[in-house]
Amino acid sequence: MNREWLRSLPRAAMGAAIATVSFLLLPSLALADGPQATPSIFAPASTPATDITHLAYFALSVVGGIFVVVGGLLTFAVIRFRDRDPNDKREPAQIYGSNQIELAWTVIPILIVVVLFLTTARMIFAIQDAPKPPSALNVTVVGHQFWWEFRYPKLGITTANELHVPLSSDKDPQPTYLKLLSADVVHSFWVPQLAGKTDVIPNHVNLTWIDPKAPGLYVGQCAQFCGVQHAHMLLRVYVDPPQQFAEWVKNEQKPAIQDPSVAAGRQVFETQACMNCHTIRGTAATGRFGPDLTHLMSRQTIASGAVPLTRANLRQWIEDPDSMKPGSLMPAMKLNDQQLDQVTDYLETLK
Amino acid sequence: MADQTFPIGGTLDLTPPRIAKKTFLEWLLEWATTVDHKRLGLLYIVLAIVFLLVGGAEAILIRIQLAFPNNHFLAPDTFNRLFTMHGTTMVFLMGMPLVFGFANYIVPLQIGARDMAFPRLNALSFWLTAFGGLMLYYSFIGGSGLYGVGNAPDVTWWAYAPLTSRAFSPGHGVDYWALSLIITGIGTLGGAINIIATVISMRCKGMTLLRMPLFAWLMLVVSGLLLITITPLTAAQVMLTIDRYLGGHFFDTQAGGSAVVWMHFFWIFGHPEVYVLVFPAFAIANEVIPVFSRKPIFGYPAMVAASVGIAFISLGVWAHHMFTVGMTSVDNAFFVLSTELVGVPTGIKIFNWLATMWGGKIRFKTPMLFLTGFLFQFLIAGLTGIILSIAPFDWQLHNSYFVIAHFHYMLVGAIVFAVFGGLYYWYPKVTGRMMSEKLGKWHFWLMLIGFHVTFDTMHFVGLMGMPRSIYTYEADRGWAHLNMIISIGGFVQAIAVLIFAYNLFWSYYKGKEAGNDPWDAWTLEWSTASPPPVYNFAVEPEVRSRRPLWDIKHPEDPDWSYE
Amino acid sequence: MSATSLVPNQGGAAETWTLPSRGRIAMYSLIIGESAIFTIFVVAYIFYIGKSLYGPTPRQVLEIPVIATICLLSSSFTIWLSERALERNKIKAFGAFWALTLVLGVIFLVYTGIEWQDLIYHKGLTISTNLFGTTFYSLVGLHATHVVFGLIGLTTVLIFTLLGKVREEHSERIQVLALYWHFVDAVWVVVFTVVYILGR
Repeated sequence: MNREWLRSLPRAAMGAAIATVSFLLLPSLALADGPQATPSIFAPASTPATDITHLAYFALSVVGGIFVVVGGLLTFAVIRFRDRDPNDKREPAQIYGSNQIELAWTVIPILIVVVLFLTTARMIFAIQDAPKPPSALNVTVVGHQFWWEFRYPKLGITTANELHVPLSSDKDPQPTYLKLLSADVVHSFWVPQLAGKTDVIPNHVNLTWIDPKAPGLYVGQCAQFCGVQHAHMLLRVYVDPPQQFAEWVKNEQKPAIQDPSVAAGRQVFETQACMNCHTIRGTAATGRFGPDLTHLMSRQTIASGAVPLTRANLRQWIEDPDSMKPGSLMPAMKLNDQQLDQVTDYLETLK
Repeated sequence: MADQTFPIGGTLDLTPPRIAKKTFLEWLLEWATTVDHKRLGLLYIVLAIVFLLVGGAEAILIRIQLAFPNNHFLAPDTFNRLFTMHGTTMVFLMGMPLVFGFANYIVPLQIGARDMAFPRLNALSFWLTAFGGLMLYYSFIGGSGLYGVGNAPDVTWWAYAPLTSRAFSPGHGVDYWALSLIITGIGTLGGAINIIATVISMRCKGMTLLRMPLFAWLMLVVSGLLLITITPLTAAQVMLTIDRYLGGHFFDTQAGGSAVVWMHFFWIFGHPEVYVLVFPAFAIANEVIPVFSRKPIFGYPAMVAASVGIAFISLGVWAHHMFTVGMTSVDNAFFVLSTELVGVPTGIKIFNWLATMWGGKIRFKTPMLFLTGFLFQFLIAGLTGIILSIAPFDWQLHNSYFVIAHFHYMLVGAIVFAVFGGLYYWYPKVTGRMMSEKLGKWHFWLMLIGFHVTFDTMHFVGLMGMPRSIYTYEADRGWAHLNMIISIGGFVQAIAVLIFAYNLFWSYYKGKEAGNDPWDAWTLEWSTASPPPVYNFAVEPEVRSRRPLWDIKHPEDPDWSYE
Repeated sequence: MSATSLVPNQGGAAETWTLPSRGRIAMYSLIIGESAIFTIFVVAYIFYIGKSLYGPTPRQVLEIPVIATICLLSSSFTIWLSERALERNKIKAFGAFWALTLVLGVIFLVYTGIEWQDLIYHKGLTISTNLFGTTFYSLVGLHATHVVFGLIGLTTVLIFTLLGKVREEHSERIQVLALYWHFVDAVWVVVFTVVYILGR
């Protein structure tokens, strides 16, 4: 007996192993409810994301079924019809085709396509054309190279990189509708646990919505290559229960805190060209090119999530942004140590 | 079975090809000025293999950088250039040359012709492709720009506007990208025209289109598809160059231009392009699977119809790359339907290959090992494609590592595996020697293991929210372990490919003599010597069925009495 | 080894084995590819109609190029006449009509040049002025470039004719080249309609 048949067994075993491992790994993606550090699409916490996950399970079952059937037949063929005796030179029956079989395996896939298409189309309309409830919060998202600007037009708030939205629930729906604009190139807004991604395109307005049902911090990032620091255009969405959200709004609406003890730092800020790019509401700084710093200290990270907001990081960022996010568009302002300390002190008062 | 002789319009040239003495320069000049389809075919394949190794090296560097979170092995701009070049190289300098390499060598032999319809155009097309490749890589040293001396393009292989405008890409990287691809595009157009004219106008007596080997059919269909696939890209790149150099506003969003228009134009090229890349795999499967199953292809007319169907439908699915762009729900639904429909003829092909193997006597020599891998992997790749066609699901999966896993399953798991199979299958014809079965099996198993370790895992890291085109990722996202596994698989595949490269060389000098027909096959190329003489056939063959050599070997039961 | 054919000649089917001419197939293929390029430029033109933010509009600056169009379209007729003349081995007639085609093509280009000069220097429309300028010059310019390529081909054949080298047996090749010229004309019909009628 030749050893050719050995070849087919491992292949079949490998096929089975892959299938098993895949099915075992899949549930691991569906972790507990609420936000996690790993933004798995199988841990949805908001209506559009949840709907998509359910559709995903359906699609995966259909596709998984096809795989089992066809893959199974392939595996069977590979084992059963291997050449057991190469010395036997007889050729097997030469079959040229069969119209009935061709018809059968044309019609069945078409039927599967119809089912998948109708299910999918229904969900497309449900998500994209969902009517906007009057209680919805409106946020305008502006994508920049390499940070996110968030404006709440009706609340008079402008902030950056960390988005706060109210918690929603079935009884008291409070979805957030996001209008997506770009200041420069194409970006994409993606927070997997909250919704599918939508591109952020210059000269083109897109709309998306989220409806988060569990509070906490949800992470995501820009999902369309936008230049050298695309990898560090991170997103942090804080879903706050109503009380917390109201407090956050109230704080954000206030103009910047004026602390006379850091007047020197404020002086540095206003004379060293920082104000050309940044806004601090209530001061002369009204620059729009970089993030709004009015309530910088209410955030937990800087550089669009690239590093945690600590004094040391803040100081280093101002001294030389390229050392933390090489290629970011903020220039090093060539401040001396004293100026750096002063301006950092100043910024630390902007709660 | 390898030594059967039969009354074929045979060869008259008895000089073993390697003995003729030439100086090195004479040899070089011969290759540089050749218009022989076999030599040009080999040049294309060598070009493809060289760029496979280069693109593979780029991939290895990428995987080293991504093996650890917050890694500093590569600077961000270097990483961005490497993945742009990796994609561009693999598609245009590896995948496309393989189409023309296989078509050039095999098609004239299979249709009983002496050469391609336009030998000099053939040579021009090859050298334009090679020059374009050289120009693209020259960008590493010539592309002076904002970030210092020399840079290659760093805008991804789909180069979305307005990132590619002068404002956001001030160096010359984008120009190298656009211009080198315009040049290779002209070469591609020439090659496609040549194949169409050859297949339509140069078949031997008796070989009607429906008696032609499926390999030739697929090359005809892919060439027709190429005519209207590569040209939109050329048009878009000309527009981009007009924007960058003549102050045009095609994609200038500040002047009312549209970034979305670039996306449409690019994907109108980009989607059919991936079908262009997969057609040679189909072509090879249509030859290798029947021969090694010892049965004719099941459902020849259905296979022809399915191939043509895939080509047509593939022209209407492009916006499934744009589900997240904000098209209307009706637009999105349309493209869901068209994309899923392309799965129907594709499925027909898989079923026909399965039916070909069914009831056969499958010989698992190296070519068939690779084609069996192709079948399983192509099936899975097609299924993940169906998953991606479901627009809402795609709103999560688009631009994530799931997509990368899907298309590498196609490009590597299906196409590269099939191509390896085809190279092992036709190597004896081209060189007169068999490739080492032992090394072939090492190559196969390492490639299979490495491939699955990398690309199976990659699906999961995409489902866990990891986007593509990022030079690093946060440590607390939970992606680190899987990325390490993916990278390890990459190294295993690299070893496999190096074994293959070694096998190519070793077998040329030490491989077993192959004879005309080592695999006991049935199409015309196996009737002539290995390697074929420069004129291919001493007398133009005349055929009566799809498997002329089967008819000769089995005069009591010829094909033409059945179909 | 015998030099007989693969299969005993059954006769019949193989006697009348004619396949289409490869030159013609190649030209059709080239035309299909080129049509795809033109389609992309036409689609861009149509998409951007009315979208310029500033600058001259088509209605303000474009005049319908009647004479140029008549010249180009009749050149298709004259080249057709020359093809028929060559088929009947009337070399002088062929040469005359061929030269006339060339002249008509050149007149078309001259009118295009005059139009562009007027647009650029007197009407203030360049390729970088606005979306209209970009799409106009690209599309019309792409067409004009193809006219130039065609004229080069026509001139080459004219030179060979004057040297007495062209005969009836070259009909097939001449027709293949004429096919390219007909294509250039057909594209002009589309460009003319889109730019001067639809776009205004």
